[in-house]
Amino acid sequence: MKERLDAYDYWPYENRPKITWPNGARVAFWVAPNIEYYELDPPANPQRKPWPTPHPSVPGFSIRDYGNRVGHQRQMALLDKYGIRGSVSLSVALCEHHPDIIAMCRERDWEFFSHGIYNTRYTYGLSEAQEREMIRDGIETIHRHTWQKCAGYLAPALSHSERTLDLFAEVGQDLFGEEGGIYTCDLFHDDQPTPIRLRSGRRFISMPYSLEMNDTIVYAVNKVEPRHYLTMLKRHFDRLYAEGAESGTVMCIPTHNYQISCPHRIKAFEEALEYITGHSDVWVATGREIAQHYLSHHYDDALHDIDAKAAMAGRS
Amino acid sequence: MSLEPEYLTYPLRRHGYDHERYAWSMLGDRPPLRWPGDKPLAVWINVSLQFYPLNQRGVPFKVPNGMTMPYPDLRHYSLRDYGNRVGIYRMLAAFAQRGVRPTWAISAQLAEQTPYLLQRLKAYGGEFLCHGWNMDHLHYGGQDRDEEAEIVRRSVSTLRELTGQPVRGWLSPAKHQSWNTPELLAENGIEYCCDWVNDDLPYPFSTEQGALTMMPLSTEIEDQFVMCQNLHSEESWATQVRDAFDYLLQEGREQGGRLLALNLHPWLVGQPHRIGCLEAVLDHIVGHAEVWQAPAGEILDAYRAQTVND
Repeated sequence: MKERLDAYDYWPYENRPKITWPNGARVAFWVAPNIEYYELDPPANPQRKPWPTPHPSVPGFSIRDYGNRVGHQRQMALLDKYGIRGSVSLSVALCEHHPDIIAMCRERDWEFFSHGIYNTRYTYGLSEAQEREMIRDGIETIHRHTWQKCAGYLAPALSHSERTLDLFAEVGQDLFGEEGGIYTCDLFHDDQPTPIRLRSGRRFISMPYSLEMNDTIVYAVNKVEPRHYLTMLKRHFDRLYAEGAESGTVMCIPTHNYQISCPHRIKAFEEALEYITGHSDVWVATGREIAQHYLSHHYDDALHDIDAKAAMAGRS
Repeated sequence: MSLEPEYLTYPLRRHGYDHERYAWSMLGDRPPLRWPGDKPLAVWINVSLQFYPLNQRGVPFKVPNGMTMPYPDLRHYSLRDYGNRVGIYRMLAAFAQRGVRPTWAISAQLAEQTPYLLQRLKAYGGEFLCHGWNMDHLHYGGQDRDEEAEIVRRSVSTLRELTGQPVRGWLSPAKHQSWNTPELLAENGIEYCCDWVNDDLPYPFSTEQGALTMMPLSTEIEDQFVMCQNLHSEESWATQVRDAFDYLLQEGREQGGRLLALNLHPWLVGQPHRIGCLEAVLDHIVGHAEVWQAPAGEILDAYRAQTVND
């Protein structure tokens, strides 16, 4: 085990090279619906129990199924209303289980990125070959069902190994060259995209995917009231919008249909979307679009700045 | 380090579910349902009357809201008992003033132990459904089938005998089940179950002993989840229920009948500082012109009359 993550250098938020989004937007805004499948009777993992009680753990399974049976269509109607294409964090087995959901997303040209096979199959304990195989299965399944070349990764149930980012970038590149495997959502260290150091040296970035704005963290972990979530989303946006006048920022709302689409919560989400998309200088985009723009226009300057500052700080 | 190859094999990765209890279907894709009087929204007001034993075994887990202190946990025992002695009578008064038609989900052992309460509930009217034996008789994977079968049989037959009602419905303590629970319910003539909270309408649920109907009793807006698990205030709970009501009513107008299933606990909302919020909620929803407020069994019948395969 390492004491420090070596995927990125310390890089202060102030005095960075300016990020310019298309049409001079201040904030790149994306919504990442997690469309997940949790198994009713998943195999045991030595490091993490998939359910808190003996299987069948009906309370946990059934509310997540509510997200797919009921919630998905509610959220999709709202994203349609506000002209937002979702960037789906996908348990790829859902392509097999519920292909009609995939079809609805494809009709709307939403992006799919890999969130593992099931949210009940963890990275913990896998050998490098096994993790590579799981990542390859995820990317290939998305391609088989959508023809998309998977650009992003959020490890299943946020379960990682020390190799996760390297493996995802390598498999993506193996399969699809520069179009595959270009960003990760697994790091929460910044409000702007940042270059990530990989063992392959490949160009690869971290995409801000806010855990703080993630509805499951907000509702199920932090126990926030629905209407206060709206206040949090507005405050989060307002600050990033103000700061974005100096250099472009990224705001993400990661969602789960079993949280945000419940009848007592969906209004707060709708009002947040109305508020955010009602501002003129917002670039409503997908994860891949933001990543590609950054890689094309800002990655090199960022890397140069990071290296220069690290050299000044004495990195050998 | 590696895991067995089985960890990355997926024998149930297929269309539909990784189980065969019910069919895959999205709410918005189903034919519109119509409630009596063409009301867009059915409201099921469910009161969970529970007995939490002092000598809680906690097998296979401690039930939420049960005993947490070393034995004897007088504090939680008596606070839960408060609901059956005091809180429920406040609720009965609030219901009577507004003409509420409730569904009583009761621990069979409580029905047996408190004849006055049972007579009072019967006199008020409403449907009884079986809420298991008590809150420490959980149903769980790995439980001996004969042991569970005896609990289900005893609970259902006791409640039928005491209430004189058919007792068509079942709510497991903590909504927890074993792999056998649905079969055991069907064997005992149960028609509907409330445990799987995956829909805003009833749906058909398969067992090897014949079909059940699942009547999802929402956890996310129930009083104990919002106030005891999420620790929100009583005002916030009332706001959340009203927001859910308003949303489902609008969806019902646009897409066909919807169901608001509101579960209440007398030990919680029956407290003096909370009952006013329950009354405010009832004022918002019960008298509404577009609402059909009915016991669970009537909602089940209205649903079944319109669905061909059930």
